[in-house]
Amino acid sequence: MNTPLSWIKAYVPDLDVTAQEYTDAMTLSGSKVEGYEKLDADLDKIIVGKILKIEKHPDADKLIVCQVQITKDGETVQIVTGAPNVKEGDIIPVVLDGGRVAGGHDGEKTPGGIKIKKGKLRGVESCGMMCSIEELGSTKEMYPDAPENGIYIFSDNKEYDGIEIGSSAIEALGLKDVTIEYEITSNRVDCFSVIGLAREAAATFRKKFIPPVVTVKENDEQAKDYISVVVEDKDLCPRYIARVVKNINIGPSPLWMQRRLAASGIRPINNIVDITNYVMEEYAQPMHAYDLDLIEGKKIIVRRAKDNEEFQTLDGVERKLDSSILVICDDEKPIGIAGIMGGENSKITEDAKTLLFEAACFDGTNIRLSSKKIGLRTDASGKFEKGLDPNNAMEAINRACQLIVELGAGEVVGGCVDIYDNVRQPKRIPFEPDQINKLLGTDIDKDTQLGYLKSVDLEFDEETQEIVVPTWRQDLECSADIAEEVARFYGYDKIPTTLPCGEATTGKLSFKLRIENIARSVAEQFGFNEGMTYSFESPKVYDKLLISKDDKLRQNVVISNPLGEDYSIMRTIPLNGMLTSLSTNYNRRNKDVRLYEIGNIYLPKILPVTELPEERTELTLGMYGEGDFFSLKGVIEEILEKIGMKKITLYDPKAGKPFLHPGRQANIIYDNVVIGYMGEVHPEVLDNYDIGEKAYIAVLDMPELVSRASFDTKYTGIAKYPAVSRDISMVMKKEILVGEVEEIIRKNGGNLLESYKLFDIYEGAQIKEGYKSVAYSISFRAKDRTLEDKDVNAVMAKILNGLQKLEIELRQ
Amino acid sequence: MKEKLQSIMEEALAQINGAENLEQLNDIKVAFLGKKGELTSVLKSMKDVAPEDRPVVGQLVNDARAAIEEKLEEKKNALGKKAREEQIKRETIDVTLPAKKPMVGHRHPNTIALDEVERIFIGMGYEVVEGPEVEYDYYNFEALNIPANHPAKDEQDTFYVNSNILLRTQTSPVQVRVMEQGHLPIRMIAPGRVFRSDEVDATHSPSFHQIEGLVIDKNITFSDLKGTLAEFAKQLFGENTKVKFRPHHFPFTEPSAEVDVTCFKCGGDGCRFCKGSGWIEILGCGMVHPKVLEMSGIDPKVYSGFAFGMGLERIALLKYEIDDMRLLYENDTRFLKQF
Repeated sequence: MNTPLSWIKAYVPDLDVTAQEYTDAMTLSGSKVEGYEKLDADLDKIIVGKILKIEKHPDADKLIVCQVQITKDGETVQIVTGAPNVKEGDIIPVVLDGGRVAGGHDGEKTPGGIKIKKGKLRGVESCGMMCSIEELGSTKEMYPDAPENGIYIFSDNKEYDGIEIGSSAIEALGLKDVTIEYEITSNRVDCFSVIGLAREAAATFRKKFIPPVVTVKENDEQAKDYISVVVEDKDLCPRYIARVVKNINIGPSPLWMQRRLAASGIRPINNIVDITNYVMEEYAQPMHAYDLDLIEGKKIIVRRAKDNEEFQTLDGVERKLDSSILVICDDEKPIGIAGIMGGENSKITEDAKTLLFEAACFDGTNIRLSSKKIGLRTDASGKFEKGLDPNNAMEAINRACQLIVELGAGEVVGGCVDIYDNVRQPKRIPFEPDQINKLLGTDIDKDTQLGYLKSVDLEFDEETQEIVVPTWRQDLECSADIAEEVARFYGYDKIPTTLPCGEATTGKLSFKLRIENIARSVAEQFGFNEGMTYSFESPKVYDKLLISKDDKLRQNVVISNPLGEDYSIMRTIPLNGMLTSLSTNYNRRNKDVRLYEIGNIYLPKILPVTELPEERTELTLGMYGEGDFFSLKGVIEEILEKIGMKKITLYDPKAGKPFLHPGRQANIIYDNVVIGYMGEVHPEVLDNYDIGEKAYIAVLDMPELVSRASFDTKYTGIAKYPAVSRDISMVMKKEILVGEVEEIIRKNGGNLLESYKLFDIYEGAQIKEGYKSVAYSISFRAKDRTLEDKDVNAVMAKILNGLQKLEIELRQ
Repeated sequence: MKEKLQSIMEEALAQINGAENLEQLNDIKVAFLGKKGELTSVLKSMKDVAPEDRPVVGQLVNDARAAIEEKLEEKKNALGKKAREEQIKRETIDVTLPAKKPMVGHRHPNTIALDEVERIFIGMGYEVVEGPEVEYDYYNFEALNIPANHPAKDEQDTFYVNSNILLRTQTSPVQVRVMEQGHLPIRMIAPGRVFRSDEVDATHSPSFHQIEGLVIDKNITFSDLKGTLAEFAKQLFGENTKVKFRPHHFPFTEPSAEVDVTCFKCGGDGCRFCKGSGWIEILGCGMVHPKVLEMSGIDPKVYSGFAFGMGLERIALLKYEIDDMRLLYENDTRFLKQF
């Protein structure tokens, strides 16, 4: 909402503050000022001048030389201009030598303005400039009294008769003003109006608020003789007021009104439209004017539209309606969509003689939904959808009629037709000053509290000890609301700052978050940078990842109103984000990239989704460049070890992941449970993501990790007795996994087995086709003695025996 | 005999003096003192010496041996020292050659900011709580005093799964879930992902993070809220940071406020960063609305509380002067490695 400060001051006459003071104080009392624009910020030394004499320029056909009177005492200056529209006797705005204008006559504004200096134009001295409305920083749209082309001429407008030569042109044009831009919160419908803001300003600055006094001069006729109103759907239209204006006289509105509208960012059109807009700004009550002669049966019916009923709105667009949308009809047809836009069929034309003025109150939610449905949001619907106060409508329509008479725009017919069954009554809220202090942490005495409340017309009923809330304050419902009223006028800044006391609580991270933090640290130690990717993605992701059509991963949570297909499903697998990020890096030529992400996947429990999906946090690691499958495996084992998962981790190559290289993938198994998977990305998937080198990924399912993690580390003594180590070298079929060999070593090693280490693996010359040579160093140790050969020999025999069952041949 | 010994000794000492390295010195030692060395052969020829002279000759041989050994040791030390000096000289490096850095990863700026915020609030006794990202309409809206058809529902541009289930638009539903459990008092923060249907651009993302805070106890006041957030701002942005509370409106708090902190670039004087105002808006807060307490089964006559919420990305962007939010979700390592 944009409003000139002068309009506020009109109703708070004692308000004497700068724009900055106003901004600061209003923001602190709850009417947030986003910013302000001084209309004359870039204007300086611009006065009202009069052209006394015009001569041709001796050396330029398109220039003229003017003698311009610039003081009432008759002082003149010479100004050379190329403007086509001036003549002797014209009274015009003149910027004097050393002054500033806002921009060029093409409407292009220059930040800081343009300085005007005395100079010569084609050899002839020019001491200033006559100004167009654009040079004064405005537009012809906002100043329709400005000529199509050239200098603004005061003397073309009767309202400027008697204007003093030498006086400020800035003031005369209504530019000595500040437009204040507010950001009003949605609960304060009343503050979307000048009246509401002026009330707040008066309370903020502790000044008197003097609203306009509304009285209407009416003729002897009765509106009800001109029009009848039937409201069929009262749930959607709590109040409908109709007034009639006859003998209308359409013309421009007076300059004071035009300037106020212009400063509010509203284009002046003609007196009738301007009055409607003016009252909408002033009272936040939208109104609509119909040509009464075009209303069939002289009857207004407010009803729900019929399904598929068609209607052409004022903007010429044909719109299809349905029964959820409220329409204003005459005896035969719709003539307007309630609260949104009037119809082409009843609009005011220059021939209109009699007007029907409508000020109604519609159900806010319905207007909002209807406006959405037909795809048309107007200034009026924007107001109605906030839910207006029906009691405000009468004051507003009377104000409009008052202005009609004052502006000579027509003759107001007596009375009105007012359909208003359930009159809204003021709410009452118990006044609990102690509770208010208790909530705020303040010590404000009762009378002071009441004083703040009274300043915004919240009266106190001594008898019932209640606050009476005017109907325009729909936001106030309970004692906490009253506390806020007290607080904002007391000043949030004056409320003390304390820390909560009471029962102590222990601050902590959950076990899950602690585990996640350790996983992060380990990943980072190994060069993985933390990434973040979106939780929603495209269903095409499954194809990119070569996931089969009937795979359970394709059962996902679908967003019904996504930003687009690319963001339409909740991910069931965390790889797309990772691969996309690796691809981004690859295509930006970043080398040796390692990324990790901790984020959720969303697995529906039931389809269609009727309960919340299972959200599982996954740790995803991805890398290309330096490192391979086994370096990634090292990182995983380090993570597991650091979170206390110190048992043996197994790797099952039959992971069956379509997006991974079939010969280079594994399920990660701990305690006989698959806790994740890892592998080299399938070459076809790499192609799909446009990654030009081998990449590796691993996914660890955090819930499985968290349930097995532990910070329970126990010290085991450092061995006192020496270890004995034996090396074995074996030849075995290629298909046998070293994991199987290790399992045999573990199973047969007994208590004495301390560790084993693969130290050689070889295929090729000297080894027969289809076989490989594998060598282990196995270490034994006893806690309580030095081992003897016979102890070790016995264990080794068991191990070798086990290995032979796998058709493993020992080498000498 | 005596002369012979004398000449052997002189020869040995001369050779030792002339030795240039430890190998030569060792050769000399072997040549004179070894099993087949010259001095040893003299000893062997002792049997030819008259028995009465033997003690004298023996003494002479031992003296000669001791003298040679002493000289050898002396020379060995000298040569060793020289060799060490030469080695050290040889091993001089150009210390300005580039460092060999281990590959170490970096944490996401969002997480760094979150870690900071968590640290501060944990220190004040808050528990960090998580909640579902796909959430019931009830928790995201209704239980927070935003009933069906409330305009705030539109303002937040919600992604829906169906009429009942949505992607949470705020982390506030976690508050409700914690309040419902009824374990009082409550001091918690709830960080997490939230979603709103904003198109991606430099300042918007359809997915971002919020941190919600909630305190419920007896006698909690607006002044406690002010004190808590002032302390938070000081810890996060520096000891000299001031806070400004402006009245605002949120459906789930009353009274409500928006909070500005003094611009940490200019300290409040006004600069390009804070658009000249000296203040930067960082969060919204208020006293928990009695209706919200009631809906979660807490008696507003006995308990009161405050809640606050802030955008994590906003804090990260401000703290690190990142000018484009999209960078946070691209995961370009050249960006991530800066934090």
